[in-house]
Amino acid sequence: MNLADKLTQEEYKKNFEELVSPFTNNSAVTEANRCLYCYDSPCMKACPTHIDISTFIKKIATGNLIGSAKTIFYSNWIALTCAKSCPVEDLCEGACVYVEKGEKPIEIGRLQRFAIDEYFSSGMPKLFNSKPKNGKSVGIIGSGPASLACGAELSLLGYDAHIYESNEVPGGLSTWGIAPYKMSKADSLKEVEMIKGLGVSIQTGVTVGETISVEELFDKHDALFIGIGLGESGRLSITGEDLEGVIGALKFIENVKEENWSSVNVGGHVAVIGAGNTSIDAATEAKRLGAEEVMIVYRRSESEMPANDWEYRLAKDDGIIFRFLTSPIEIIGNKSVEGIKCIKNKLSEPDKQGRKKPVPIPNSEFEIPVDMVIYALGQQPKLKFINSIPDLKIENNKVLVNNGTFQTSNPKVFAGGDCINGGKEVVNAAYDGKQAAHGIDKYLLSNKD
Amino acid sequence: MIDLSIDCGGIKSPNPFWLASAPPSNSAYQNCKAFEQGWGGTVWKTIGEPVMNVSNRYGGLDYSGEKLIGLNNVELISDRPIETNLKEIAETKKLWPDRAVVVSIMVESKKEVWHDIVKRTIDTGADGIELNYGCPHGMSERGMGAAVGQVPEYCKMITEWVTEVSTIPVLVKLTPNVTDIRFPARAAKAANADGLALINTINSIIGIDLDTLKIQPTIAGKSSHGGFAGPAVKPIALHHLSQIAKDSEINLPISGIGGISTWQDAAEFILLGSTSVQLCTVVMHYGFRIIDDLVEGLTNWMESKGFLSIDDFKGKALEQIEDFGNFNLLHKTVARIDQSTCIHCNLCYVACEDGAHQCIDLTPENGNYKTEVREEDCVGCCLCSLVCPVEGCISMIRVDDESESKSWNELMADFEKEGKEPSWQNLEEFKKKHGIVIH
Repeated sequence: MNLADKLTQEEYKKNFEELVSPFTNNSAVTEANRCLYCYDSPCMKACPTHIDISTFIKKIATGNLIGSAKTIFYSNWIALTCAKSCPVEDLCEGACVYVEKGEKPIEIGRLQRFAIDEYFSSGMPKLFNSKPKNGKSVGIIGSGPASLACGAELSLLGYDAHIYESNEVPGGLSTWGIAPYKMSKADSLKEVEMIKGLGVSIQTGVTVGETISVEELFDKHDALFIGIGLGESGRLSITGEDLEGVIGALKFIENVKEENWSSVNVGGHVAVIGAGNTSIDAATEAKRLGAEEVMIVYRRSESEMPANDWEYRLAKDDGIIFRFLTSPIEIIGNKSVEGIKCIKNKLSEPDKQGRKKPVPIPNSEFEIPVDMVIYALGQQPKLKFINSIPDLKIENNKVLVNNGTFQTSNPKVFAGGDCINGGKEVVNAAYDGKQAAHGIDKYLLSNKD
Repeated sequence: MIDLSIDCGGIKSPNPFWLASAPPSNSAYQNCKAFEQGWGGTVWKTIGEPVMNVSNRYGGLDYSGEKLIGLNNVELISDRPIETNLKEIAETKKLWPDRAVVVSIMVESKKEVWHDIVKRTIDTGADGIELNYGCPHGMSERGMGAAVGQVPEYCKMITEWVTEVSTIPVLVKLTPNVTDIRFPARAAKAANADGLALINTINSIIGIDLDTLKIQPTIAGKSSHGGFAGPAVKPIALHHLSQIAKDSEINLPISGIGGISTWQDAAEFILLGSTSVQLCTVVMHYGFRIIDDLVEGLTNWMESKGFLSIDDFKGKALEQIEDFGNFNLLHKTVARIDQSTCIHCNLCYVACEDGAHQCIDLTPENGNYKTEVREEDCVGCCLCSLVCPVEGCISMIRVDDESESKSWNELMADFEKEGKEPSWQNLEEFKKKHGIVIH
């Protein structure tokens, strides 16, 4: 594997500093005052956690910053991660009434971040009163956003919430899966600290099913919440994928999130397979680590690409090359990656579901010399773990839950986040976790024994 | 635990936020909805003489893209019969025993008519009466509203008619459309009012549409002055409030009104002596829901300041209000520009150069100008710091050694003692002695 040259510390720092700068107090108030303070606002409806956005912004305008944070946390415990990682143009900001007026939407994400940063730096005064302890205990598996939200809400409802995390560092994808130029690891850990402050206990370095058995959890707790997310990306299933220099996108991003930039090896010429938001993260991170050339190889065309516009623009600004209508058919190399063999596709007529299938064009094979291949084909469910829990039904690779209560087919088990939706945003997980806490509360209240 | 409850002249409410007598407090539906959302009290939209309203009634003042920094209206008192209002008031009070329900009244200037409406109002179970002596349009031409509030003798006479029969607290609402608001206030005091409410709206014409040449609002091609309210009037209201609160003859509880839109505005009114505060325009703009931020913001601020109750800071700023003649002439501040945050807009320069005292220099530096204050020439007017768009970039620094103080009144007394005229020449001598140079 040919490695890209290492950069200077200054270059790394510049490449990985946050893309969106924080507001100063003055600019936050100016932006907050631009908000129309709509009633029953479209932005609130567009947010999966239904934060009362115009109210929290109004409170920034009046300088009631603690109240602003309270309005946000009332709906969403994972507020900082969401502020920094939400695809706001598809959600709240996309729904802002200014867009309809043909004007720039309110910078909701940045304002939310301002309110939460202020709350964190003001020493996190108590915002909500917890119900008295009810003596019941809930075990939470995983410490990503769904689990943290569930734990926080349960704690307020009077439960002992105990999180089991296999990693040594908590936070799940908030900690390990968000590009550093969007959010640092430290920010995620601040959020974790806040939730611990609500009384949630977090045990790291414990793998359920190994360090501690599922049976033990059932014995110890009155109910369980599963917020385990998804596992590794699907495999390419082509020749050469075991060569040195082939890596899953999530693993690569996790390496980068160690924030020890020079220790992450990156090829000089990198091909990223797939064109979702994760692929874009991997591609831009590879480029920012010093790769000379990074390309995204995608089997369909630009208009079918799952990555959103903001991510696409970011990648293009970073000089990422997009090879559409191209499928890898073989990774070439002796010991390590030397190139990737691809074939050109054309798109079929839309099928009944309206999807256009990529159809290989005969004799259009070609080779691209690369020394690293990162694949992001969509994460796979952690089936082994899911199957270890009795009576847990899955459907389309997703843990099946009741829409309102997030209860699974095993009445004592609730679930939320990527493991039930196949991989959505942090904000969806935040919503699931909070709602599941109420589902658990309802279940345990009606099962008084 | 922070306690927001207040007692304004015998009228109690769980927090100081009342709806002002205005469109938002027109009906039981609205007042009950406001109470549900947390409002502490209401002053029911004025009931009284038969009236008919016109369409349309409001004119809005927008400024720099900001909507409704001021609102002008020609709406009259309630255009629903007295009986309907009294019935709804009684129902509302019954549903909301812990909130302040104050009824604003205005009838023709006959003693028996006032006696009658006061008694009927008391029968509703209301907590207090507010006398509308401020309505500046429509009613004043009929000898009511501001026509009473502008003449202290009438104000006293009618207030007496009310207080002599009322068994519940009586607040007198004052008009700012007078030369000195203390005179009608003293008249109300003399007539045994329990408290004052101020200010009512200010006479205004909001503007003219330059396409149609129509004055706003236009009523079938005609227009008139209306009553001006909203954020723009707050400084005027604060002044009137301070005048009343400082007056040793008056000494009555005050319900503050005039452009209050946020909890900060409310805190300022209380710091200048208000007990309760009344809001209208902001509710007309955004709805009752603002009460959440008003209560929460005020509570959080009180907590940060260590105030446990409204009384802890009520009137706390009043002691600073002083006659100009008692200001220290030797207090000297100068502007300092923080070069590290300056964005080189040069607005401080042009403001000082053309609008003030020519004490900022522009020096070419790296393709921009460096703006620097010549401190020896700076008079400390602070205009530059007001126009600077960067938070904290220009600060006013006190540079006198704080050892000496001399007010104009003291200086004139000194002159008199020393047999000096208050002449320019003698003033120059004083300035020279203290290093005050006006170039």
